[in-house]
This record gives sequence, structure tokens and C-alpha cells, in this order.
Amino acid sequence: MAFIVNDVDISAAEPKELLFDKHVEYIANHGNDQNDFEYCMTEFLRMSGIYWGVTALDLMQQLEKLDRKSIVEFIKKCQCPTSGGVAACEGHDPHMLYTLSAVQILCIYDCLDQIDVAGVARYVASLQQPDGSFFGDKWGEVDTRFSFCAVAILTLINKLDVINVPKAVEFVMSCCNADGGFGSKPNAESHAGLIYCCVGFLSITNQLHRLDCEKLAWWLCERQLPSGGLNGRPEKLPDVCYSWWVLASLTIMGRLHWISSDKLKVFILSCQDTDTGGFSDRTGNLPDIFHTLFGLGALSLLGHDKLLKVNPTFCMPQYVLDKLKINTQIISV
Amino acid sequence: MSDNSSDEELAPDWIPYRQRSDWADVTPIEQDDGENPVVVISYSEKFKDVYDYFRAILASSEKSTRALELTRDALRLNAANYTVWQYRRDILKALGCNLQQELQYIDDVISDNPKNYQVWHHRRVIVEWLNDPSDELRLTESVLSMDSKNYHAWQHRQWAIKTFNLYDNELEYVDRLISEDVRNNSAWNQRFFVLKHFGFTPEVIQREIQYAVNRIRLIKNNESVWNFLGGILHDGGASISQHEEVLAFCEELYNNNVRSPYLIAFLIDLCQEKCLREENAESREALGRRVAELCDGMIREHDVIRKKYWQYVVDSFQLKLNRLKANNDGERNDGTS
Ligand SMILES: [Zn+2]
Repeated sequence: MAFIVNDVDISAAEPKELLFDKHVEYIANHGNDQNDFEYCMTEFLRMSGIYWGVTALDLMQQLEKLDRKSIVEFIKKCQCPTSGGVAACEGHDPHMLYTLSAVQILCIYDCLDQIDVAGVARYVASLQQPDGSFFGDKWGEVDTRFSFCAVAILTLINKLDVINVPKAVEFVMSCCNADGGFGSKPNAESHAGLIYCCVGFLSITNQLHRLDCEKLAWWLCERQLPSGGLNGRPEKLPDVCYSWWVLASLTIMGRLHWISSDKLKVFILSCQDTDTGGFSDRTGNLPDIFHTLFGLGALSLLGHDKLLKVNPTFCMPQYVLDKLKINTQIISV
Repeated sequence: MSDNSSDEELAPDWIPYRQRSDWADVTPIEQDDGENPVVVISYSEKFKDVYDYFRAILASSEKSTRALELTRDALRLNAANYTVWQYRRDILKALGCNLQQELQYIDDVISDNPKNYQVWHHRRVIVEWLNDPSDELRLTESVLSMDSKNYHAWQHRQWAIKTFNLYDNELEYVDRLISEDVRNNSAWNQRFFVLKHFGFTPEVIQREIQYAVNRIRLIKNNESVWNFLGGILHDGGASISQHEEVLAFCEELYNNNVRSPYLIAFLIDLCQEKCLREENAESREALGRRVAELCDGMIREHDVIRKKYWQYVVDSFQLKLNRLKANNDGERNDGTS
């Protein structure tokens, strides 16, 4: 008996090998070749764009393709001297998301001392709320993404003690649903991206025992579709970025082997653009730098031999975290 | 990643700020990309014009009607620019603008950018300032009628319901959505949210089991409703196997040759739980064999892609069962000696 599922077809013509050199070229030229409009339109997330590119190249051991000096200069200019937070781009207001991206880049470049680290800690602490949650910026949007950003930033700069961790854990756990998953806020629908944030949060704070791993991992396994790709919620199409979020969460919970790695690999490789390089969200679409990092990251989790090992919690090369002596909790089954 | 709004979205009779006499007193500020820009770019003219003037009013902290209009142009070019939204709120506050008008404006922006974080956040702030949620259910309903799984719209709706206690008619609305698309996971989640608010009484649990069962009869292979059913039994505090009618229903489907992986997964859960509670050794053996058979079916035929998961389920179940047997034997021996 066949059931109808929302999925994609992968034709035999789609790439089956990693187009390594194409991706290096794609990322190194990102921004140079981009049409102006696209570049203007993404100004508001530039800092994250740089993090995606830097991390992807580092996983391919091609970090020297980018100009370290100008990137570090750029980050320095984006830190707000008053609040301590970092903005997406000069002239923008600081935000938790870009502060994390900036800190991640500086860790990869091994030069955290280039910014005011105490200021970063002050900024993150200032955004924690009495219920333990975090604002994304001074305007007060609450989301479990920001809880993840907060503990990730503070762990990378070794200042986790500036916030109330037990309260933060309490808030994240209040976002757990009956299906074992997590949403953006209490009662919000379970969503693979937010599950990644919450599982990552718990792995950073050493609280993975609070998860109902069996139930959650089962829900995550259910995200795999016949094409091999993973979706983010029931009835949605598969997507490379969700493949990363689901796979990273399963890895942290020690259950990566519950899904079919071979089929997932086929799906991810089929999302490569054979002309320009880069990965798209799903087979046949245009590539972008965001899906390029998460495609490479997922392949690294699956043990691809041309890529450095990625850390599933931080989405950074494992050697960077080793150097910083950061251990994130991982369950072994 | 970015919205594909075109550069030409400003009206055709649009005049660049540089040529406007009422802006002659302002000196535009260009984007400073530094000596060694990370990436070399040339901005489109219109974009550059608007944002150069935006940077200028930001720098001079000008809060005026014309500045408010300028933010509108800037947001039309890029609704995801959170800094412009923030400055727009500063202006609205400083000028004491009519916020009902602002809500109407946001309606338009949301209908063009329904998946934009910033505009939904702006909406929430304005509704909070007004302390008036009277239009929020209508707005989210209209957005959800275009995309019934829009995460932003559901978040906003839950926020409005929770903050202003608007639960009363929500179950009817959710029922309508589920009737339109029984696979709408967001609607099932919303149903759970409302039920949780009113509390899981035995009557509610009974009613909801029936509700779910009726929807499963319609479409068997529907992950959302099976998850909902599990949640109702679990959050109602009852163990799954205490509701014999649910087990009977699942067995009925199975006997009618339904082989949906969700059904079988549910049956495996029920049988495992029942087996581990069973006192009678023979019945326990039988249930144990049933679990193993069902898992085997998943591994070999019905859910091959997750075969390793099912192997794990059956292995850890066997372990539990053996441990239980050992304990029981131990107790029996103690009793006779
Ligand atoms: Zn994606």
C-alpha cells in the first residue's frame, strides 16, 4: 500500500559526488559576483553571511581564500560600544543573532581579543528576562533561538556565569511539547530548527537528561522522507538546512544512526549546483551561502572524508572547540 | 532567504530624495565600506538614494513626518531591515502618531511579506501600545487562509489569545481548519494549546479521543493526528493502554489491512506498555511476540528507511521484558522457600 507524501524526485542526472572545488569558488566569490540588488537586500544579515562562508571554507580547509584582516576589521566596526552587542552591519542595531555570528568567526580566526569581550557578556546578560527567556535585542522578541544564542556566545567567550542558567533551562523546558519537540515559545508548534536550538542549548548547559530522547528522536526520524531528505515539520518539503538541524540534533542525542544516512547523502548531494557551486534548499533550486554551509555541515556529520569534523552543537569545526577546551554534552547510546 | 521584491516597487512617478526640495537641508550619508571592503559592491541607485537619506536622519535623530515617510520607502525596498523598523517606532512614539493607521499600514506590509520576522514583531509592539487586540484574530486568519502553516501568524495568534484571553471561539476556528485539511499539523497543535488552557478533564479526553479517531478514519496515514492522540492520552495523565477503546480501534484498523507506519508505531507502543504491565505469564508472552512481529514488519516492509530505529525498539523491549521475567522468577522463588 502506497501513501501519498509531500516530497521531491531526484533524477539520475543529479550530482552524486561532492563538487569540492566548485563550492570553494562559490563561497570565495560570494559577494564579488553577487548582483547588487541581492547584496543590498542581505545587508541586514551580513554578519551571519560571513559566518556561513568562513565556517564552510574552514570545514574544507580553505580558510585562506577569505581576507581575514578585513573581516576582523568589519566585525570590530559592528560592535556597539555602549551595549556591547554586535550588529549585522555597520549602522545597524546590535542583535543576539549577529553577536553569535561575530563571536563564532573570531573563534575560528582565534582572535576573540579583537573585540570587547566583557561588553559582549554584558549585552547577553542584559537581554535575559525574569522568566529565564532571552530577548533577541532591546525590542523584546522572545524566542528559543535567542536562548541558544545566549549560552553559545557565553560559552565561546567563557562567561556563562553572567546569566541565570537554571532559569534559562526552565524556560527552554517550558517550550517542550507533547510530541517531544520544541517550538519558539511555550505551546508553539514543534519545529526542527527550534528543536536544534533547544537540544543544542541543553547540550551546552549539560542538561540533556531532561529530554525525552526516545520520543523526540522518533519525531526527528519521522522527518526523513522517501527521497532521503529531511523536513522541518510534518507535511513540509525536505530542505538541506532542516537536514542539518535534524541530523545535528540526532547526533547530540546519539541517535544519528536511526535514520538512513545513505539516502540522506543522496538528497544533500543532489542539491549542489553543478554550474556555480553551492547548495540550494532542495533539488533543482538556486544555491545560497546559508544552505551551502548546512549542506557541508550535514555531510561532515555523516563522516565525509574531504571535510573536517564539525561540532553538532556550535556548527563550527571541531578543532576550534578543542582548542578552546569546550566540551559539549553528547549522549552515547 | 530574502524576499524577491523588485527594485521597481516604488511608484513610477517616484522622485529621488536627492532631487526633492523639501529634503535639500539634509546631507545624505553614504555606506562606508572601509578601505578594504569585505566585498566590493555598487548599490542600485534607488536603494542607495533612499538609504543614504535614511542614514542621514538616523545620524541626526530627526523624528518628523517626512522621516516617517522615508522609513516607509526604505521598508518597501527591504522589509527585513530591522533597524528601519526600530527607527520607525521611535518616530511613531515621538510624534504621537495615530496607531490605528499604523495597524492598517502593517496589514499591507504583512500581506506582501507574510514570513518576515520584523513586521510581525512591529505588529505586536503596536498592538501592545494600543492595548487593543480586536483585529488580531481577523488578521492572522486572513494570513493563514493563504498559508495555513505560517509559523509567524500562528505565533502571533497564540500571543494575542494568551495575552488578551481570546480562547472562547478558538476551538471552532481550529475545527474549521482541520476540516479543510486534516493533515494541518499547526492546526492540531493549536487545538492542543486551547485544550491545555481549559484543562484535560475525563470528559475532554473522551471527546478528543473520539475526535481524533474520527479523523483517522478519514485518512489513516496522518502523522499529525496520531501525534495528537498520543499527546491527549499522555497529557491526560492516563497511560496509553488504560484506554482499551483506543487499542480496539487500532486493532480494528490493522485487521482491516491498514499498514500505515503511524498506526503500527502506535500499536507497538500500546502493546509494549500492556505487555510490561501484564501479570499473566502466557498473555505476556503473547503480547511480547506481537511487539516483535510488528517491529519486524516495520523493519522489513512498512518503514524500511528507519529500520535501525525499529531494531533498537525491539532490542530494548526484549531487554526490559527479560529483566521483568527475572524479577518475577526471583520473587516466586523467594515466596516458596
Ligand atoms: Zn532551508
